[in-house]
This record gives sequence, C-alpha cells and structure tokens, in this order.
Amino acid sequence: MSALKEIKYTGGGSIQAPPDETFILNLGPQHPAAHGVLRILMEMDGEWITRAEPVIGYIHRMHEKMGENRMYAKFLPNTSRIDYLAAMHYTQAFVGVVERAAKIEVPLRAEYIRVITGELQRISSHLVGWGAFVMDLGGFTPILYAFEDREKILDLFEHICGARLTYCYHRFGGVCNDVDDFFLSGTREFVPYMRERLKMYRKLVTGNIILRKRLEGIGIMDAEMCRRYGATGPVLRGAGVPYDVRRAEPYSIYSQFDFEIPCYPQGDSMARYLVRMDEMEQSLRIIEQALAKIPEGPILGKLPRVLKLPAGDYCYAVEAGRGRFMIRLVSDGKDSAYRLKLRTPCFSNLSPFEEASRGMILPDALALLGSLDLVIPDIDR
Amino acid sequence: MKPSLEQLTQDFTALLAPDAGAASPVQVVDFALRGINLDVTVTPAQVVPAAQLLDRHGFSLDTVTGVDWLAQGQMEVVYDYMHFAVNIRVAVRVRVPRDNPEVPTVSAVFPGANWHERETHDFFGIRFAGHPKLSPPFLLPEDADYHPLKKDYKP
Repeated sequence: MSALKEIKYTGGGSIQAPPDETFILNLGPQHPAAHGVLRILMEMDGEWITRAEPVIGYIHRMHEKMGENRMYAKFLPNTSRIDYLAAMHYTQAFVGVVERAAKIEVPLRAEYIRVITGELQRISSHLVGWGAFVMDLGGFTPILYAFEDREKILDLFEHICGARLTYCYHRFGGVCNDVDDFFLSGTREFVPYMRERLKMYRKLVTGNIILRKRLEGIGIMDAEMCRRYGATGPVLRGAGVPYDVRRAEPYSIYSQFDFEIPCYPQGDSMARYLVRMDEMEQSLRIIEQALAKIPEGPILGKLPRVLKLPAGDYCYAVEAGRGRFMIRLVSDGKDSAYRLKLRTPCFSNLSPFEEASRGMILPDALALLGSLDLVIPDIDR
Repeated sequence: MKPSLEQLTQDFTALLAPDAGAASPVQVVDFALRGINLDVTVTPAQVVPAAQLLDRHGFSLDTVTGVDWLAQGQMEVVYDYMHFAVNIRVAVRVRVPRDNPEVPTVSAVFPGANWHERETHDFFGIRFAGHPKLSPPFLLPEDADYHPLKKDYKP
C-alpha cells in the first residue's frame, strides 16, 4: 500500500509513477469476468491498478445505421438484440418513440401486458446479473438457482411470443399476441413462489460474511461521480439517488402503480447488489397490482396503413434492467428514421470505471466490474 | 438546488443574448409530444458555457447525438441533458458546416462526454476541439478511416 500512496494523479489521468515499476495487464477481450468481449487495459503497480482503460467495440454491429436503412417495423427485431437480457424494455422504448411521434393510441390491456412482461423481464435480468455477479466472486451455486427461476419466466414468455431471449413481443400500438389463462395463472403462481425464493437468497447469499467482506466499501461510486458520467439504474440508486425513469418520466401506465424505488446511500458494490435484490421485490409488487386490474379488450391500436412519422425529433426513455435507455429519433417524414440514436445504460455505467478503479487491487476491481452488471452488446451496439 | 423550467429559460436567454426580433433560441416544448422540455439552439462558441450553466444547476449529460444534414451542408450535434431530482429534459443543439465540422469538447465539464464524443467522432468525423483522445477509433475497427453515419458514406 505504501508504494501506492506516493503516486499522485492529475486530472487527465496521466500517471507519474516511474515506468519501470509498472506493467501492463490485458483483461480480456476473452475473460470470464468480463461477461463478453470487453477488454480492459490495466496498468498495474504490483497488485494495484494505476490506470484501467476499458477498450470496447469488439462486437459493435452499428444498430444505429440499421435503424436508418430499414422501415420502422423492420428495425423492431434489432431492439431485442441490444441488451439481450432486457429485450422487452428495449422493444418497448422503440415502439414508445414511434407511438409518441405518430400519436398512436395504445389500448389499456396492451399497456397492462407491457407492464407485466416488463417487470418479469426485470426480474429475469436481475437474476442473471445476481447469479453471474456471485459467480465472479467465487460462489458457483447461486447462478444455478437463478437460472431455475429465470427458466419459469422464460417459459411464460415463450408461451406468449415463441421466443425465449429475443422476444420482439411489442408492436406499434400494442403487443403481437394476447395473453391467455396459461400466462396469467402462471404469473400469478410465480409471484408468491419468487417471494419465497428471494427470502432464501437473502439467507443463502446476502448475509454471507465472505460476500460482505468482498463488497462492502469496495468500488465506491458516489452520487456526484454518477452525475458527472451520467450513470443510471442500480448504479445510481446504489449511490443514494432515487432516480427511476418509471417515476421521473412516467411512461406507459407506471404512474398508476404503487411501488418504491430501492435506494442505498453507500455507493459501494454491496449497495448496488442490494438495490437489485430489492428491485425484484418491487417488480413482484407491480406485477401483482397489474394482474389484479388487467382489463379485457383489444391488444392492438389503430395504425396507419403506411407508417411515416412527421418530420422532427422525438425522445423516449424507459427504465431498462440496467438503467436509463433512451432513444432519440430524427425523422424527415419518410418511412424510415433519418437518425436513430440509442443511448444505452451500460455505456454510461462503464465510463466511470477508469476513475472508480484507480488505486484498487485487481480482485476488488473485478468485484466492482461485476457490480455494474454489464451486458457488452449493450455498450457496443 | 432544484431548477425550474422558468429559471432555466431565463438563464439561457441571458447567456445566449439573442438578437431582438429574431426567433428565440430557447423553446419550451411539450414533453408528451417530444420527450424533452427545453430545446436550446446555440452557436459552437456557446456549447461549453451552456454545459457549464447546466452543470451549475445539477444536470447530468444524457447523451451526445450527431446528425448529418447532407442537403443543407451542415452537421448537427445534439447534447441531451437530464436531471436526477426534477423532471426536466434539456436538448442543446448546435450546427456546424459540413466540410469543417468542429465544436469544442464538453468533456472538461462532464467527463461522461469523453466517450460520447469519441463515438460521435467515429460515426460522423466531427472533431471535438480539446478532446483528450479522439483517435484511434473507439467503436469502429482500429484501422477504420471512414465515418459510417455520414449520409454520403458508401461501404
């Protein structure tokens, strides 16, 4: 530790340690802790990180260009492939921005279905994040439990839209299939089941002394750092800021539901972990309320024969599994977008990593990386 | 420190000092229709002061978007700002000539802009003057010397 304290950092991140004392370590692009093709170029002073620069773009697919050269409906399947663990949220954002621009009315039943599927998606997304995070820290068992629960959600999704990962379930003005008794009763049974499982997870993992010691006080990202970098989602709420797009810019019918925004002020990896655990409980609450009130009726609104959006630019944001996902759509009046900007949460959540990981030891930095719950295609797009 | 829409409109009008008679560069727009509350048009020299104003009010940079207006011979950069405590979304837009697209960087005000500007430079070739690291390409392949979102780009 003494060697580290002597190193002074300047604002731009240039390092004044003598070059012969440090070495370069490449983490990735193929590394189990990176959860995909993320490379982190680390300058190490022994076990300590003096600088860690994420190198991204290995699976860049240019979704934004694809958005420009095909019709709106043909871009819809792409939106499931940006953050493949939260496909419902991303598709909802895209249909949302088109509905906003074209002033398409969405029937109430469809909005309820969107909320129910969106919250189920949030739980399944957090389950993978939780299992993989604990696996990064050396506990293999929890991911097997997580996948057992997630399987139940995927079975429900498969029943309504045929897909288990890239759903593309939403349509402009509604959803593509109505939900039936199998889905609704299955979801009703899932809520109490999942509540019991979450209790068990708290006993199994959350209280574990090894996990606590690995996460508490590790990887501090405070509210001010989140603001300067635009980090959102569980990262921001783990820094004590109760910002949730579902509340801040209420979309769909979220304003009608009673739910809390879990928030922990510590800003460390444990806080981000706890936010996700609590969010799953809140999602169950929303699902329960939506199931009690879901009305009968049509699931698809009235659509124009040819979908052209009036010229102008439109924004639409949703609270995706990992934070704020925003689409800025610029239209010039044709049947495809003139410009489609995808603002993804993982991109902004990873960008403070260089600053946050400075001076940490490598295993702690991996705990920080896991607590960000990154999905790499979401960063690279 | 919770800014109101009126306060922001006033502050921006004072900062930008528009000519009397010309259309105001600060427009309050309907959130339900557009997804933003305030639409501000600035000149390249006003990009950094506008960012500093929003920083003082506690805003955070949401994203940076480039748009290539081929027919008008212009490039547009849109800075989206969000606030974590009040529901105000601000878009700051600036247009530069297409043959010499250059705007000052806001990465000194919001470090999060660093990555967004690198990405915008990759896609459009817009230079952000004073940016610490615009090359090598960020998301594109290492040897990429093209800007794929330009409207005259041919693969």
